[in-house]
Order: sequence, then C-alpha cells, then structure tokens
Amino acid sequence: MAERARKMKDLRKQPGFDFLAWFCIFFLYAPIVVLIVFSFNDNRSVVRWTEFSLRWYAAAFDNEGIRNATVVSLQVAAVSTLFATTFATMAALATTRTPPFKGQMAAYAIINQPLMIPEIVTAVATLSFFSIIKQLTGVTGIGYLMLAHTVFCIPFAYMPIRARLEDMNLTLEQAAADLYATPIQVFRKVTLPLLAPGIVAGGMLAFVVSLDDVIITLMVAGPGETTLPVYILGQIRRGITPEINAVSTLLLLLSIVLVSAFFLLGNKKK
Amino acid sequence: MGADTRLEDAKRRVDADTRRRRRQLLSPTLIVIGVFGLFPLTITLIYSFLSPGVYGGVTWEFSTNAYVQFLFERDIFDDTLSFSSTYLSIYGRSIGLAFVATVGALLIGFPTAYFIASKPPSQRNFWLFLITLPFWTNLLIRTYAVLLIIRDEGIINLSLQSIGLIDQPLTILYTDLAVFLGLIYSYLPFMVLPLYASLEKLDFRLVEAAYDLYATRFQVLRHVIVPMAKPGIVAGCILVFIPGLGAYITPELLGGGKELMIGNLIALQFGGSRNWPFGSAAALILMVVVMLSLIIYVRYAGKEAKGHG
Repeated sequence: MAERARKMKDLRKQPGFDFLAWFCIFFLYAPIVVLIVFSFNDNRSVVRWTEFSLRWYAAAFDNEGIRNATVVSLQVAAVSTLFATTFATMAALATTRTPPFKGQMAAYAIINQPLMIPEIVTAVATLSFFSIIKQLTGVTGIGYLMLAHTVFCIPFAYMPIRARLEDMNLTLEQAAADLYATPIQVFRKVTLPLLAPGIVAGGMLAFVVSLDDVIITLMVAGPGETTLPVYILGQIRRGITPEINAVSTLLLLLSIVLVSAFFLLGNKKK
Repeated sequence: MGADTRLEDAKRRVDADTRRRRRQLLSPTLIVIGVFGLFPLTITLIYSFLSPGVYGGVTWEFSTNAYVQFLFERDIFDDTLSFSSTYLSIYGRSIGLAFVATVGALLIGFPTAYFIASKPPSQRNFWLFLITLPFWTNLLIRTYAVLLIIRDEGIINLSLQSIGLIDQPLTILYTDLAVFLGLIYSYLPFMVLPLYASLEKLDFRLVEAAYDLYATRFQVLRHVIVPMAKPGIVAGCILVFIPGLGAYITPELLGGGKELMIGNLIALQFGGSRNWPFGSAAALILMVVVMLSLIIYVRYAGKEAKGHG
C-alpha cells in the first residue's frame, strides 16, 4: 500500500514543475519582501542596508500630504464600502432567495459589469459623465469619488455574500415563516445573523479594493481629493524616497491583514 | 372549484409579492451601476464623435476626426491626409506585449497550478491563499516594488556587480523587458487560479493508465494533462491578456512613459493632450479589441464543451 502511494506520488511529478512553482512564489513575494525590509533601513538609500530604524515611519506620520491623503482614502473607502455592501446584500438576496427569473443573466451581467470593462475605460467614461453633471449642476466635492468607488466595489462585495447565501440552509428561514414570522422578522432574526460573516467578508473586500484603486481615482478626483495611492504615484514620479517605502509598507500590510482575516472567516465556517 | 380558484389567486398573489420584493431588492444596484457604470460608456461613444474643446472637454459639434486621427496624419499646410501608423503601432505593441506576458504567465502559472493540484487537499487552500494574497494587495505598490528591484541601483544589479559578474548595471527599467516583467508579476494570480480549478479535477488514474501504456512523462503532459486543463488555460490567458492590454500603471512606472501602451495613450488624451474625443475613440477601440477576445473565448469554450459532451 505504502509502495503504491509512493508510486502514485511519483506519477504526479513532472520534471521541473516543483522548481517553477517555488520560483513562482519567490517571484511573487521577493519584491514585496525587499520593499518591506528596506522601509526599516536607517540609510537614505533604498538598496544598501545599514541599520534598523523607524525614522521613515516617523517621517511619514509627520508628512501632512500623507496624513491628508490617508484621511481622504479612509473616508472614501468607508462610505463606498457601506453603500456597496448594502446594495450587494440586497442584490444577493434577490438573486438567491427568489425563484429564477427572466433577465437573471442580464442582472448578473450588470452587477459584474465593472469587472468586465478595462479599468482605464471605466475611468475616462466616469470622468466624462461627471464633468457633464458638474457643468449642469455646479455641484463639486468628494461625493463623486465615493459614488465611483461604490460602483466598482459592488461586484467584490457581492461575490462572498452570494456564496454565503447559496451555502445557507433554507430550512431555518422556512421554519420561522411557518411560525408566522413576517418576512421582515425572518430576515432580521434568522437570515441576517447567519449571513453576517458573508457581509463582513464582502465589506472587507470592498474596503481593500477601494483603498487600492489608482486609475479611476486619478481621473475622477477633484483638487484636494488625493487618496493615498494617488499621492504615492505622484511621489514615485518625482523620485524614490524611503518615506514612500514606509507608507507603501503600511498600506500593503493593511491589505494583507484584512484579506487574511477574510480567509480565516471563510475557513472557520467549514 | 371555488377552492381551486382561491388557491390560484393566493399563488398569484405570492408570485406578485415575490416579484415586487425582488424588484425592490435588485433595483438600487441595477440603477447605480446602470447610471454610473453603463451610461457613461454611451457618453464616451457620443464624445468620440464630437470636437475637442479648447481647455479639455468637448464642443458639441459632430466630427469623425477622432477616428480619422487614429489612422491618418493631417498635413498642417494643405490639410491632406496620409496614412500614419503611430497609433496603430501603439495598439500593436500593446497587443504584442500583453500576448507575450500571457505566454510567460502561462509558462510559470501552469506548473504552479499543477503543483498545488498534486498536493494533499488539506494543504491546497494554504497554497491558493499564498497565490491570491498578492492579488489583493495594491497593484501600484507591487509595481513600485518591482521598480526598486530592477532599476540601475536595484538589488539585482548591485548583487550582480558585487559578485563581479557585470561591470556596468544592466538596463532593465524603462524597457519593454521591464513592462513584460511587470505585467507577468501583476496578473500571474489570474493565470494560476483558473488553471488550478481545472487541474484540480484531473483524474490521476488517467495519468497512471498512460504510464502503464508506456507513455513518457512528456507524452503524458502533452496528451493527458494539457488537454484536460484546456478550459483553465483559455480562461487564464483571457484573464491575463485583457487587463494586460489596458494596463496603465505598469507601463507608466516601468516603461517610463516613453513606450506608450493603450492605457497611457487614453489617459494622456484626457490629461496633458486635452483631446477628449480622441481619448474616447481610443477607449472604445480598446473595448472592441477586448470584446473580440471575449467572443473568441466564448466561441472556443462553446466548441470545447460540445467536443467533450
């Protein structure tokens, strides 16, 4: 038996494949690791290691441009996450908790539209549209940015919520309805608590996606609405500083923590 | 009879209720994406047939100049048109680079997906997590990290110089090679995931049977494993090719803005060049290329499904 198992394992091997897989992991992580390590470097140089130091983090916290951009980023991400997650939850309920309907494919296509169109095309189309609205109404402000982010965050929030709803057993909801709970009571007391992990996961993905966006923000943002990634892009264009390594590392770690939490949430339920 | 109609009535009421509830739940999403996602594309189409405004934007005057400019150059003295390949070549270059990056990603991604699929099921999730994690981290920052490594004073050049392999730093940054590396780096997870999805279903008894029939390792790969993974290969290639084609950040940072790709051309028209109609036309042409690739994919995938069925 053991002999056979060993043979099976050997059968699965293809020469060089293991090496390439390890190379793939190395390729994906080496640049990230180098960035993180050198953000703690005391020297101004971003390549020669001298001594561990947090001075670039201190410099980043002192930098007003970085502070303002962080505030804008968090505001936009919070608001668009809230709206995108609410809309996505409603849409997911509609597509999983009612019988199949005509136009279901069209509804899916519309919900996923932001994923199908190249981001740069969405960016310039949104810019064109908002410039018309701005001309007609004279209204400016950060609301446009939040709206644009809400649109492209919806499919990311929708995916885990819909997956959770599809996995959920209908019996509890049916039992509640049999006990004369109104649809709203069923939703509040049964569906929502069971769905909560899915909603949290969807919200986290929407938050990460909003926090990371560059192209659409770059096009849509008005003056004074610079988000952190757009600020970082501007700085990189001007020249490399260790301060940018520090901010980049923080933003990177935030995404890593959120996405890891998302995976743990997903695995726990099983 | 009476009970029957009452039942029918009740059923109809429930149906109407369900429909109403579904409409209420779906409409906010459909309206928001419809108005702020789909409708702007129509505006882009209209803009591409207007004339550029002096300070950006458009003037409402019908013109096909944007499309003419794409293919021809207008002589500033006598207004005659002559064919110009400037913009066509940007599209050609982008298609070429996105294609080569797709092939590169396939060559690394396939063995990786196979490696994960051949792991015990308990370990697979961990490996998938490792592959997916970079996808969820900031693309700009990952691209910047690549820039740090490949620039003239980057870690690659410094290490090679310190062991005396080279005297002068290799110029990687701001070349096509850099853009190629950046594109693979950005979209590699998109290749691995669909490949894994189809390789996971691979029945290794078929591999064993092929070995029993004296197939060599390469023959097993070519005639058993690759055909089984075909849907994943096609899906992965599409998922890498399409964002690679419209990439903005990678060519901007690693190509140094000298070597334009479609994404930068479009952004430039809405920024510095202030030619919104031409930018709109360029964006629509990109969309057409993307749609064509998707149609080819759907056709191909459809044929595949029939072939197996």
